[in-house]
Amino acid sequence: MTAKRRGVELSLLVCAVLISVLGYADVGLAENGAVPPDAARYGGGLGALALLAHLAVRFRAPYADPLLLPIAVLLNGLGLVLIYRLDLETPRDQAALPQLVWSTLGVALFIAVVVLLRDHRVLQRYAYLSVATALVLMLVPIFFPAVNGARIWIRLGGLSFQPGEFAKILLAVFFAAYLAANRNALAYTGRRIWRLQLPTGRVLGPIVAIWVLSVGVLVLERDLGTSLLFFGLFVIMLYVATGRTGWIAVGLLLAAVGAFAVGSLEPHVHSRVEDWLNPYASIEAGDGPSQLAQSLFSFAAGGMFGTGLGLGHSILIGFAAKSDFILATAGEELGLAGLTALFLLYGLLVARGYRAGLALLDPFGRLLAIGLASILALQVFVIAGGVMGLIPLTGMAMPFLAQGGSSVVTNWVIVALLIRVSDSARAPRPDTVEAGVIAPVVEDAR
Amino acid sequence: MIPYIRRAAALCLVLLVALLVNAARVMILEAESLDENPANRRLAITRHGQPRGEILVEGRPVTGSRDSGQQLRYERTYKQGPLYAPVTGYASQTYGTTLVENAEDGVLSGTSPLLAPLPFWNDISRGRLPGGDVVTTIRAPMQEAAYRGLGGKRGAVAAIEPSSGRILALVSSPSYDPGELSGTGPAVKGAWARLNSSPNQPMLNRAIRQTYPPGSTFKIVTAAAALDAGVVTDVDAPTDTPDPFVLPGTRQVLPNAAKGCGNASLAYAIQWSCNTVMAGLGVEVGLAGMVEAAERFGFDDTGLRIPSWVAKSNFDREMSADQLALSSIGQFDTTATPLQMAMVAAAVANNGEIAYPYLVDRTTTAGGTTVDSTGRRSYRQAMRPSTATQLQRLMVEAVEEGTGSNAAIPGARVGGKTGTAQHGLGNTGTPYAWFIAWAQASDAAQPAVAVAVVIEDAEASRTDISGGGSAAPIARAVMEEALRARAVS
Repeated sequence: MTAKRRGVELSLLVCAVLISVLGYADVGLAENGAVPPDAARYGGGLGALALLAHLAVRFRAPYADPLLLPIAVLLNGLGLVLIYRLDLETPRDQAALPQLVWSTLGVALFIAVVVLLRDHRVLQRYAYLSVATALVLMLVPIFFPAVNGARIWIRLGGLSFQPGEFAKILLAVFFAAYLAANRNALAYTGRRIWRLQLPTGRVLGPIVAIWVLSVGVLVLERDLGTSLLFFGLFVIMLYVATGRTGWIAVGLLLAAVGAFAVGSLEPHVHSRVEDWLNPYASIEAGDGPSQLAQSLFSFAAGGMFGTGLGLGHSILIGFAAKSDFILATAGEELGLAGLTALFLLYGLLVARGYRAGLALLDPFGRLLAIGLASILALQVFVIAGGVMGLIPLTGMAMPFLAQGGSSVVTNWVIVALLIRVSDSARAPRPDTVEAGVIAPVVEDAR
Repeated sequence: MIPYIRRAAALCLVLLVALLVNAARVMILEAESLDENPANRRLAITRHGQPRGEILVEGRPVTGSRDSGQQLRYERTYKQGPLYAPVTGYASQTYGTTLVENAEDGVLSGTSPLLAPLPFWNDISRGRLPGGDVVTTIRAPMQEAAYRGLGGKRGAVAAIEPSSGRILALVSSPSYDPGELSGTGPAVKGAWARLNSSPNQPMLNRAIRQTYPPGSTFKIVTAAAALDAGVVTDVDAPTDTPDPFVLPGTRQVLPNAAKGCGNASLAYAIQWSCNTVMAGLGVEVGLAGMVEAAERFGFDDTGLRIPSWVAKSNFDREMSADQLALSSIGQFDTTATPLQMAMVAAAVANNGEIAYPYLVDRTTTAGGTTVDSTGRRSYRQAMRPSTATQLQRLMVEAVEEGTGSNAAIPGARVGGKTGTAQHGLGNTGTPYAWFIAWAQASDAAQPAVAVAVVIEDAEASRTDISGGGSAAPIARAVMEEALRARAVS
């Protein structure tokens, strides 16, 4: 019988909260020479959220992976520390408190998902509702004014959020459900052209249509990070479902063609690519460093061990320092050591998602777990690679770390779903065996 | 499905490794070049993130710091900025540093490893040390006397202690307030543009960075060369030089401003500044001997640092005989900084030996612990001690009953030499008035001070007396302060 490991989770949660509170105190000491007066309240608040989430898991998903929740709490806590730290340099733009409110909402949704969703397979039934909602969510921002060149926000009153963030989950649910239902047809039917087995249009049609629609909408909205994410998600899930390497080849080919076309035709993207190829061009031209150059300066200033929390100058990056570029603050003030730790935390989160996927027996749950984990992996890679000059920069939020309400809430829901599927994956199934019922063969031989 | 999940997981691992390798590339391999990129403001921010150390004159800071609340936080302020600008230079957020601010920047900004008790630990911890202080050798009353004496006229004063090489006064006029260049913004840019376009060149440090034809003050060098070379063995014996003197190889006649210069003795020639005698002696010493003598005084030295670099004083190494004759009286291509001419006076006063001139006495930590000090160093033996003794007498005579009478100080032994330097195309410019001198209190073992004064726009009587008329009183005021300081201490 599998151990529940709830005690491990609780002790890890205590550590995660402690690390965050120490970071918070450290920022205050570095900037003002005193522990922030509300450090206890911050720690208490974070601890209470963590405890509530833990209790929900303990009672509703007792076999869930014990690493998922502590990693999410630690990342969210560190994100709050970094945002608070940047707030000190922008007195007129305080983001830590709203972020805390959004985090609370995120944890509330986490609890709601863990408590209310007793079995992830229920979601399979809502595949088409999901995709319809996703498309509506993605289309809505077109009717709102563009912010900094991208039409991805909805502003209502003082609040703004990116519906595209929620669409990620819905799209993953749809892909998982559709592919689970149709993967044999996708793999084995249709005509064979040279060495590539093309599925029939009837099977492939809907999914390609939806994918083209979502990516197309995002290109219209100039949300290239999310288009890249959806594209990658689609290719990975298709590959995992069908096992056809050809799909990867076709996907990469399409991606290359698309990237080249968009990169050379669309001025917004073109400038990003130019900036990536030569981040110092604007310095040589005498126009001062670009945002990417400033970001690279930040990372370089961190070196091996960082300047220490509160002692860096990543605020020089200017616009989006708290959102897209928050990793630069982590790099400058925590150093390569801290950044590596962060990347490994994300890696662990993704690995745990994949592990749940491997252990599950139903194809939908598998594909859902892989999909959700891949969203995290791709998102971290796209934004971290972007701000560090590895790939062209596309605006995206570092999961849990970056300022952004919709992003934090979405990521908490992703973790809640991973908790749910990992609970199914690790829970013992004695009743079916004891009843003498042969477990349904849901896994084929491949 | 399981193998495909594993492969997808492997892809995620590849992405993770790519991120880590890339992070190491940016943060370790390329870190240094990124840190030093001129567009990276971090070095400047750290540099100005704490108050700069102070520059001290007689124990009191002549500098200060102001918290501007800007990104480059602490800005430099100056007390009596124009008075001390030729010493301190400026320390600007926008335009960098000059002079002592530049030469001792490591100590002042706190980056010098000398300041750290444990430099290696400091490297690792990246701790930032408070800026240290720089103690100068300047004497405030002398600096003030020189500045007051110049009274805004274009010119400079350099005064040194002959025995030690300590620079006691370094004044350039007209001056400017270096505090105007501190910080950033349009006011600073405006001041910079105004100071740079001003015809008076207020930011030019005339005492060490401007060279002038030294005129008759150079005759001390020629006299030393003649005595050392044995061309003159008795300073009171007549020399074989006619008046007027025809420049060798030409028909050009060299005139005298003074009377009685025909076949005059060296003593008479120094006392009344005879051109003909000194030109003749220079030719007699010969090019090699004159070049050697000039270089022993520091001419043609491009490496002089006090610790800021000093402009090269020039004595040509290749000349025809007529050019050599003119050079021997400080004309033609011969040029000197005021500091160089103060060193000439100091050489005579200090028995022929020049002590290396220096402006920074010592540097200390913010707490006052000395981290480095400049000691007395010998620069060069400019002439034989016996030659120096003879020249001391001649210079004293020039003051007591010669062209330098305006420099006489009761109760002190003062030696001096006037100069009026022609310059400009066809010598049409307003001549530069020079005076070099040294002074020794009657009860003292050593001369207290050697000084050089140059005034560019002296009252335009084009005679050799103008140096004595305009420059000598300033030299006297400076020397009086030096003697008074000695009497007090």
